[in-house]
Amino acid sequence: MNILVCISNVPDTTTKIRFVNEDTAFDANGVQWIINPWDELALTRAMELKEDPSNPIEKVSVLTVGPAACEPTLRKALAIGADDAIRIDAEAGDAYFVASQIAEVVRKGDFSIILNGIESSDYNGSAVGGMLSELLDMPSVSAISSLRMENAVVMISRDIDGGREELSVPLPFVGIVQKGIAQEPRIAAMRGIMMARKKPLQVVPATDVAPLTETAEFSLPTPREPCRIFDAENIKELVNLLQNEAKVI
Amino acid sequence: MSVLVYTENWDGKFKKLSYELISYASRIGEMLGGSVTALSIGKVGDDELSKLGNYGASRVLSTGGGGTLDNQLFTDIITAAVQKTEAKVIIFSNNNTGKALASRLSVRLKAGMASGVTAVPESTDPFLVEKKVFSGKAFAKVKVLTDTVILTLAQNAFGIIETGGTASLEAFDPGTDPSHAKTIIRDVQKQTGKILLTDAEVVVSGGRGMKSGDNWQPLEELAEILGGALACSRPVSDEGWRSHDEHTGQTGKIIAPDLYMAFGISGAIQHLAGVSSSKFIVAVNSDKDAPIFEAADYGIVGDALKVLPELISEIKAAKAQ
Repeated sequence: MNILVCISNVPDTTTKIRFVNEDTAFDANGVQWIINPWDELALTRAMELKEDPSNPIEKVSVLTVGPAACEPTLRKALAIGADDAIRIDAEAGDAYFVASQIAEVVRKGDFSIILNGIESSDYNGSAVGGMLSELLDMPSVSAISSLRMENAVVMISRDIDGGREELSVPLPFVGIVQKGIAQEPRIAAMRGIMMARKKPLQVVPATDVAPLTETAEFSLPTPREPCRIFDAENIKELVNLLQNEAKVI
Repeated sequence: MSVLVYTENWDGKFKKLSYELISYASRIGEMLGGSVTALSIGKVGDDELSKLGNYGASRVLSTGGGGTLDNQLFTDIITAAVQKTEAKVIIFSNNNTGKALASRLSVRLKAGMASGVTAVPESTDPFLVEKKVFSGKAFAKVKVLTDTVILTLAQNAFGIIETGGTASLEAFDPGTDPSHAKTIIRDVQKQTGKILLTDAEVVVSGGRGMKSGDNWQPLEELAEILGGALACSRPVSDEGWRSHDEHTGQTGKIIAPDLYMAFGISGAIQHLAGVSSSKFIVAVNSDKDAPIFEAADYGIVGDALKVLPELISEIKAAKAQ
C-alpha cells in the first residue's frame, strides 16, 4: 500500500510579510520557502510507518500544486525520505482549485492513505484535506495526533475538545494531521540530499477547474499601542490598571 | 435569504462560541434580509436548544439522537438542512469540527468557503469578507464567487449579542443513511472539571524563563485565582516540563482569550502566532528587548519567578475588595 503526503510550499514562518501590486499579491522577494510545518510532520510519520517492517507500506509519495519554483521544496521532501514526487504545474488557486488538482492525481494513482497538514501557515485555510476527501468520496478524519497501523488497519487518535478519541477507519482515507503525529520533523541527512537528486519528480499538467473564491486584497494589521512597561516595584499599579482600566481581572 | 448555523454541542450543552456564532449569523441575516436557523446534531435538551433564540436564531432544527462525529454522515445531515431551509449562507465555528465539515460541505454544494473570518462581510453582493492569513501576521479580503457561501468564524472574533428573542424548536429527520459513517469510534477519554485552554477567558502561560517544570506552582495558583487555564511555550513542552496539550503557538493550540499572561516567554514569532488574537496581553520577562513586549499591552521587565509571588498577592488583594 502507498501513502501520499500533500505538501504546501510556504514562506519560512519567520518571514516578514509584505504585499505588492496594490496589496493584491504576496511579496515573494527574498523569501525562504519551506515545507509547511504540519505537512513536514505528516511526511515524518509516513516515513516512520514505512520503515516499520510490520506495516505493508511500499511507497511514500509527495505532491504539491505550484510552479517550477516549488521544486526545491519537493526535493527537500525527497531528501527527508519520500520515494517520489509529483508537481501539478499550476499557480495554487483557492483551496477548491488545489483540492480538485490533487483529486485528479489520486484518482489515477493507487494511494491508501492520503495525508494533509491541518492547515498551511500561509493562507490558514484548513480546507484542502476536507475538500479532497469529499471530492474522492472518502472518509476523512481531522485533527489526528497519532496514527498507527495494527494488522494493516489504521488506528487513529484525534484531539477533541477536552479529550481524545480513538478510532479506526477503512482505507483509503484522507487524514488531516496536527502536532503530535510525529515528535520532531525529520531533518534530511547528506546522504538523503544526494539521493534526492536522482529520485523521480513527475510534473503533471493542471486540469481546468474554476475556483470558488479569490483574494481581493491583503492588508497588514494596525500596529499595537506600545507596551506599557511597569517597574517590578510597581506591581500594585499594574494590578490596579488591569482591574480598573483594562477590566480583564 | 436564510442563514444556517451548525451549532456543535459538548455533552448536550452549547458554549459561548455557539452563541457567538448565532450572534454573527443574525448580523448577516439582517444584511441579507433573512432569518437564522440553527442546526443541532445529537441529543440536546429543549431548554438548551431554546437558549439559541436569545442570540437571534428564529428556528432550531434538532436531530435528537445521533452518534459521534463522522465527517461524511454529518455533511449529509447538514446538506439536508441546507436543502430544507434553502440557506444561502452556512456558518461554522473555525474549530477542528467546523473546518472539517465546512470544507466537505463546500464541495458538496459547490459553494465557496472562507475560513477563519474575523468580521461581518464588507458586502454581500459581491460577498467580501475578511480573514486572518499568515498566522495572524496579515489579513486577506476574500471574495466568494458562488451564490451559496460557507464561512467558518474565528473564535472570539465577533462577541455575543443578546436579542431577547425566542426560537421555534423543530425535530429534524434528515433522512440520511447512518451507514455512510465509516469511522469507528473505539474509545473516548475526556478530562472533566477543567477549564479548556481554547475556551478559557484567562490564560496563564509559562516559558523557559520559569527555569524548571518544578516551578509551576505559582502559575497554577494564579490560573486558579483568575479562573483561567494554563498554557506554555514550545520549549517547555519539548523539554517535558508540561504536557503537549498546553503548548500554545503556531504548531500548538491557537487561543484568543480576553487576558493572556506570559511569564518567562520571549515571544518567538511562532509563539505569537498562537496568542496574538488575545484581547489583552501581560508579559513578564527579564530581557527588556524580548519580542513578547512588542505584542504585549502591559509588561514587567524582571525575573518571572521573583515577580509572581507579589503579583499573586496583589491580584488576590484586588479581587478581595
